Amino acid sequence: MTPRRKRLLAVIAIVAGVGSAVALAMFAFEDNLLYFYNPTQVMAGEAPAGRTFRIGGVVTRGSVQRADGSLKVRFVVTDYQKSIPVSYEGLLPDLFREGQGVIAHGRLTESGEFVADEVLAKHDENYMPPEVADSLHPPPPEPAG
Amino acid sequence: MIPEIGHFALILALLLAISQAFFGLAGAARRHAGWMAAGRSAVVGQFVFTALAFGALTYAFVQKDFSVLYVATNSNSELPLFYRVAATWGGHEGSLLLWALSLAGWSVAVTALSASLDAPFRARVIGILGLISIGFLLFMLTTSNPFDRLVPAAADGNDLNPLLQDFALAVHPPILYLGYVGFAVAFAFACATLLEGRLDAAWAKWTRPWTLAAWMFLTVGIALGSWWAYYELGWGGWWFWDPVENASFMPWLAGTALIHSLAVTEKRGLFKSWTLLLAVTAFSLSLLGTFLVRSGVLISVHAFATDPARGIFILGFLTAVIGGALVLYAWRAPGLKSAAGFEITSRESFLLFNNALLVAALGLILLGTLYPLFMDALELGKISVGPPYFELVFLVPMLPLLALLGVGMHAAWKRGLLQSKRRRLMAVAGASLALAVVVGAAAYGALRPLTTIGLALALWVMGASLLELVQRLRGRQGLPGAVLGMVIAHFGLGLATLGVTGVQSFKIEKDVALGVGDAATIAGYEFRLAAMRDVRGPNYIGVEADVLVSRDGRAVTTLKPQKRLYNSGGNPMTEAGIEVGAARDLFAALGDDLGQGRWSLRLQYKPLIRYIWLGALLIALGGGIAALDRRYRRRAEASEPAMVATADASG
Repeated sequence: MTPRRKRLLAVIAIVAGVGSAVALAMFAFEDNLLYFYNPTQVMAGEAPAGRTFRIGGVVTRGSVQRADGSLKVRFVVTDYQKSIPVSYEGLLPDLFREGQGVIAHGRLTESGEFVADEVLAKHDENYMPPEVADSLHPPPPEPAG
Repeated sequence: MIPEIGHFALILALLLAISQAFFGLAGAARRHAGWMAAGRSAVVGQFVFTALAFGALTYAFVQKDFSVLYVATNSNSELPLFYRVAATWGGHEGSLLLWALSLAGWSVAVTALSASLDAPFRARVIGILGLISIGFLLFMLTTSNPFDRLVPAAADGNDLNPLLQDFALAVHPPILYLGYVGFAVAFAFACATLLEGRLDAAWAKWTRPWTLAAWMFLTVGIALGSWWAYYELGWGGWWFWDPVENASFMPWLAGTALIHSLAVTEKRGLFKSWTLLLAVTAFSLSLLGTFLVRSGVLISVHAFATDPARGIFILGFLTAVIGGALVLYAWRAPGLKSAAGFEITSRESFLLFNNALLVAALGLILLGTLYPLFMDALELGKISVGPPYFELVFLVPMLPLLALLGVGMHAAWKRGLLQSKRRRLMAVAGASLALAVVVGAAAYGALRPLTTIGLALALWVMGASLLELVQRLRGRQGLPGAVLGMVIAHFGLGLATLGVTGVQSFKIEKDVALGVGDAATIAGYEFRLAAMRDVRGPNYIGVEADVLVSRDGRAVTTLKPQKRLYNSGGNPMTEAGIEVGAARDLFAALGDDLGQGRWSLRLQYKPLIRYIWLGALLIALGGGIAALDRRYRRRAEASEPAMVATADASG
């Protein structure tokens, strides 16, 4: 083989390798896009069934219920227009509090309950997750930080 | 008074940066020795005044001067001294000042250590560094002045975010910034090369130690951030593919590609224009990272709308730096030709693969990081890209990278791989695979394909590094710092791979609800909640649990996770209890009081996790040793690329 052909082969190998990596990444990209919906959108049926997504809103005051001594917890997330009941089992983040913004990742059941596998609250007491702040109907009250 | 002195010093620093840029660039253009010397003096002046400004801000923090807005926002009268000092860079304005100080520091170092370069080139490098300083100082003075007064003064400060009140995170930003900003040196060398239209590869030799030093700091900075996230965020993860992390990881990937491509350019005069482009890219990503994290754009794209001056300045500055460099590149790079050929199994080929794979990973991570921002800015919906995407697009290029690395290290420049090397490498590869199967099956009782591949690649990279070391020590060519550094860094990469594979494959996490006296068992370790007590720190109160860990009835350790409430108000903080071990970490984090005397706890078993950070430190150490290679300290003789004979000696 001439050096020229060798170089050509190397270039072809690189292009093929990078190309297949990109193709693979594109599939991965599509599968891992997490969409965000507020309770109003979920109630209007905009959220996909049978696929995980994120919801966000404010934890309704007085809605957090714990079965005593267990890790199961239920609460209601609202955007001040519509509300969704959420159930979760596990440790809640430090910043989880009634009246504060949260984001939950999970899926919607037939009965209209959102079963979360992850609950996020950002690490700043003055912080309202931007998706949540934007999606509330009346503007959010002054943060109580 | 002191804050005003700081403000004034910052203005003087800006004026000196302007003269540094002007006398550097114009002096080089006119070959005016006096002007070029003036440019060098301005560098020192700029450093002195930036340091003075930084000192004034630190002083305001130490003195608890809450009449300074930035101090009142980021500190508090109860904050211990160490964190008051660290709070200097705890917010946007202060971190920009730290950035500028770091840049001034690098500029002084470059000026002091570049006496052997030809004068106009040196002056141009200094001038370009000056241009970057101007951008940062101007940005601070016009939109983010850390010395703005608060009238009337606050009675007490707002407090530094409790999460940031931690040793690793206090030292993380300065080290990370030394890394980010260090790429400015490579950038300045690249731009000066393009400005002069140099056709030789001497600049690659001059740039290499600087790039290695910056890369070393960046590596340590990222490792510190990951370590901090592990023990301080409370939930035991070590990497989240969060945009903030990606912002520091992308320049690292570009920098890694750059140090490898610089090797080819220096030794063989190949990939010249590609290397220049990478130098521009690494610094551009550093700038992008700084601004992504510090401008608030990650928290909300609409942060720009609330503070348009800042946003417009940032976009303008990024456009000027990146656009300017790319225009320069487009103008000059076509003149750069590399004519030498090389064999498919030569070191050049392997470094080419290294670059292709690193840049592919970099591009895909960039896509995943910026795509949600674009979608949001264009009002096309709110999305985020999940960690599985990043894991996949990172893993796919990294597996072949690790596989090729072991061979590439042993390949000679220009020629194909020697037969004798082939046999030894085959032996190392076989042994790694066999050992991976045995270790996976015996130690963890599992033989999953990806785990086995990960273990085999880790052992392969470490084995190939050791083989290189042994051959070097036996051979007659000696062991120059550059080679020793390479071997250590690659061994560290293998070690980090081992850690990642171990923890990702075999970790166990369990959330449990325990009353005092109850126990839960994971991975054969029994975690018993023995006692709960109240604790009091300098500026917080909290509860602490005693978690007795035992295995087969024998006590292993007592973990003491805490839940803290800081006096400045706000939310509780979790301090995990961690037992560090060579084979595994045991981890307990305290959740909430569940009522009826029960508490929620997260228990974790994290095998081999320490090797991730130990590996990263070895990588950084390797970079440092390579940067100090004697070869770079010799007076740079004019410009000829190193001859093939010397290049072969290191193959």
